[in-house]
Amino acid sequence: MTKEKLKEMFSKSDWNSDTILEADIVISRIAKEYLGLNTYPNQFEIVTSEQMLDAYSLVGLPISYNHWKFGKDFVINKSKYKRGQMGLAYELVINSNPCISYNMEDNTTCLMLLVLAHAAYGHNHFFKNNYLFKQWTHADGIVDYMLFAREYVEKCEEKYGYEEVERILDACHMIERYGVDKYTKPQRMSLDKERDRLKKVFEDDRILVNDLWRTIPKNESEKEERVERFPKQPEENILYFIEKNSPNLKVWQRELIRIVRKTAQYFYPQGQTKVINEGCATFSHYEIINKMYDEGYLTDGFMLEFFHNHSNVIFQPGFDSKFYSGLNPYTLGFNIFTDLKRMSLDPTEEDKEWFPDIAGKGNWAETFRYIVENFKDETFVLQYLSPKVIRDMRLFEVSDEEEKRFYSITSIHNKQGYKNVRKSLSETYNRETYIPDIQVFDIDINGDRTLTLNYTSIDGKRLNPKDVDVVIDNISLLWGFPVTLIESGDEKQVLSMSDKLF
Amino acid sequence: MGINIVDKRNNPKGKSSPNRQKLLKRIGHKIKKAMPDIIKNNGVKDLTSSKKGVKIPVKGINEPQFSYEGGSGDNKRVHPGNKEYTPGDKIRKPREGEGKGGQKGSNDPTITEDDFTISISREEFLEFFFDDLELPDMIKKHLNSVVDFKQRRAGFTNAGTPNRLNVVKSYKNSMSRKMAGDIFYDKKIKEVEDKLKDNTLTQNEVDDLNKELKKLINMKNSINFMEELDLRYNNYEQYPVPVTSAVMFSIMDVSASMGEKEKDISKRFFMLLYMFLTKQYERIEIVFIRHHTAAKEVDEDEFFNSRESGGTIVLPALELMDKIINDRYSSEWNIYATQASDGDVWDNSDAIGCAEILRDKLLSKIQYMIYIEVVRDRHSDLWEQYSNLEGNVTNFKVGKIKNNTEIWDVFKDFFKKKVKS
Repeated sequence: MTKEKLKEMFSKSDWNSDTILEADIVISRIAKEYLGLNTYPNQFEIVTSEQMLDAYSLVGLPISYNHWKFGKDFVINKSKYKRGQMGLAYELVINSNPCISYNMEDNTTCLMLLVLAHAAYGHNHFFKNNYLFKQWTHADGIVDYMLFAREYVEKCEEKYGYEEVERILDACHMIERYGVDKYTKPQRMSLDKERDRLKKVFEDDRILVNDLWRTIPKNESEKEERVERFPKQPEENILYFIEKNSPNLKVWQRELIRIVRKTAQYFYPQGQTKVINEGCATFSHYEIINKMYDEGYLTDGFMLEFFHNHSNVIFQPGFDSKFYSGLNPYTLGFNIFTDLKRMSLDPTEEDKEWFPDIAGKGNWAETFRYIVENFKDETFVLQYLSPKVIRDMRLFEVSDEEEKRFYSITSIHNKQGYKNVRKSLSETYNRETYIPDIQVFDIDINGDRTLTLNYTSIDGKRLNPKDVDVVIDNISLLWGFPVTLIESGDEKQVLSMSDKLF
Repeated sequence: MGINIVDKRNNPKGKSSPNRQKLLKRIGHKIKKAMPDIIKNNGVKDLTSSKKGVKIPVKGINEPQFSYEGGSGDNKRVHPGNKEYTPGDKIRKPREGEGKGGQKGSNDPTITEDDFTISISREEFLEFFFDDLELPDMIKKHLNSVVDFKQRRAGFTNAGTPNRLNVVKSYKNSMSRKMAGDIFYDKKIKEVEDKLKDNTLTQNEVDDLNKELKKLINMKNSINFMEELDLRYNNYEQYPVPVTSAVMFSIMDVSASMGEKEKDISKRFFMLLYMFLTKQYERIEIVFIRHHTAAKEVDEDEFFNSRESGGTIVLPALELMDKIINDRYSSEWNIYATQASDGDVWDNSDAIGCAEILRDKLLSKIQYMIYIEVVRDRHSDLWEQYSNLEGNVTNFKVGKIKNNTEIWDVFKDFFKKKVKS
């Protein structure tokens, strides 16, 4: 098709699959040649609002095991959507190979091109190349694995009753954020392997005896004072620890724990890369669409609609607006990348001082790809949030100390403030600042098998007392014996004890 | 390698329905708890007729997890849009109860909503609604209920009427027959053609072979598109189904002493019973009888809406009911009756008469009868007589309802599942 024909095609607000196919040819070329993006093959799905709500409730997985919490999310989202309290995203994209994106049927042509560039190229590139995703998730296996999980949960429900299954899953969900490995690489997932492994697990369970729970009494002389804790090092993957060491769990119950653990692991990188991931996608769609315009594929009318949509995406209300709900990750990420491009091409003295490796070097696309591959939100902000972005967004730091009756403004967008703002903002993206540090501390091996968890407070923060006891009771349900939560490794500072009697 | 476009719009709906069923099970007891409020706030008629389903507010189904207590410890946050602040500025914290703000950042994954509204279908609603209730004495009429016939599909037959022709099946047969014929003749034709290739043949032989070839081709071409033996017809068979039909008598006092509120309570109670019966019976008729000093059978609209006043005599209403039963409802019918009144009667003899006709004539014909008395604290004459009667028979119950919130409890009480001993 000639450029003129395409231009006419894209200028209409109605689209069909040809429109998308033609747009993809242009966009994929620009993505590759201009930005150097390297993506998984794309599966571009057109969905209705109801199907989009489905996808929402499964947190973006195309398939998942059945559980009431997904039903609840669906009901809540649906009623919000119906009442007009919530708009649906134009797209939702899944870290899988091929990369699946859901796209709303009522998007205009302009929006379709935008989401194609945004999701099918921007996010897709991020999933394939970012180090956290490469290390922690397996895009090839996730759909298969979730299929396995779904089948398995169904089978368990038939065999052991849905109440039993739900009890275990509920308990696991409460601590799913404590079900991720941060330092060892998870194995590849595949449907067949899972089935084989299961067979073996059942077999092993029949043959092996867990030495930890040997109950045959020792000779008096061999009895000695216990000096070492078990585990020797505190374990932060609580679900993993319980799965492997709980004395009473049946094989299928361990397997359910494993399924929740694996799912949580899959989402582990997503939570830490919101700003950089959305920044990557937003920057990509912005660059690609503008490049298309420069090459003469798009009309001025199209661009007006595009800018309108784009500015909606990166809308950032100020802290005192009633629409304010924190920093918009799209805005922050996009601003940082855009500013890096600016300083690469047209640096100021300040840029040269702050970013000597980037300013004036002209290789902005390469820099963009390097950052996308090697950073997460915390490090991305810490390294690349520039003074200009801080000024443009008028970022400021507020200190909230519990003892004081005032909030105090500690830094603003000035020379003394840049570094503090940057450091402080980076810190808020650190997983530890929003997920309390709780680890497996000890098991009373010789006594009543109580599992002790230890909470380490940061900056004097306390656990929310509302939920602690319930969660501890549920951990105890999984563990099969009492559970105690202590603070700062001090066994006298007990925060909560399971009140189930064994 | 191009993009793969998948249009999912026509995929079946309800992918999340297993999750929804699980959610309903999970919140079942909460829905049940909300029932009295729902009865109070919605017209029961709306509940029974609406196709939209019923909206039910659900509270406190949260997903607990470890999280930080808001405001505890020392925090540093970064916000956008600074206008006038300079380092060192102080802002007073809101006191307790002054409304919190900024405790949860957008990154906080713990933001959940505890309260939400779920819309459930009419069937689901009835399921919850009548979960613990059962109709008393259901068996009696089940056994001698009339047998009716229904049709269901039962494969295919070779013979039938044209309107039952199964086109797809017939066409399949025709195709396979044609294919088989083609193969058969093609083989023969090929044989003849091979023979013709032989150069040693005499002219006669060639002519014969050509003739045969022509004949074969003709025969092949003459295979019919559709033969009688291809035709298949949908087959149906009749099977017996037990029919349980019920009639429900609604008798309401519309004398001057019954106000709008009393009538409203009665009406809700009637509708509840109606809904309950629809769950058990396929066919239900309702007979509306209103009475003051005289009794009259009316249609639903008049029953609930028209105003009348005067004194009260109850007996004619029961006599009318007896007459209607004798005229229209033979012994195959399951008969239920509800009478609503404020208990006011002209004089005590009327009340005694009512109790008598019930005991001697009516109760033996009907399955179950309920009397509800609305409003009064003092015992009315009718109440006196009826509660005496209640003690002596099994299929008659009386209850008092003072306001809307009690309807559900009284109703439940009437139909509570009996604990099997």
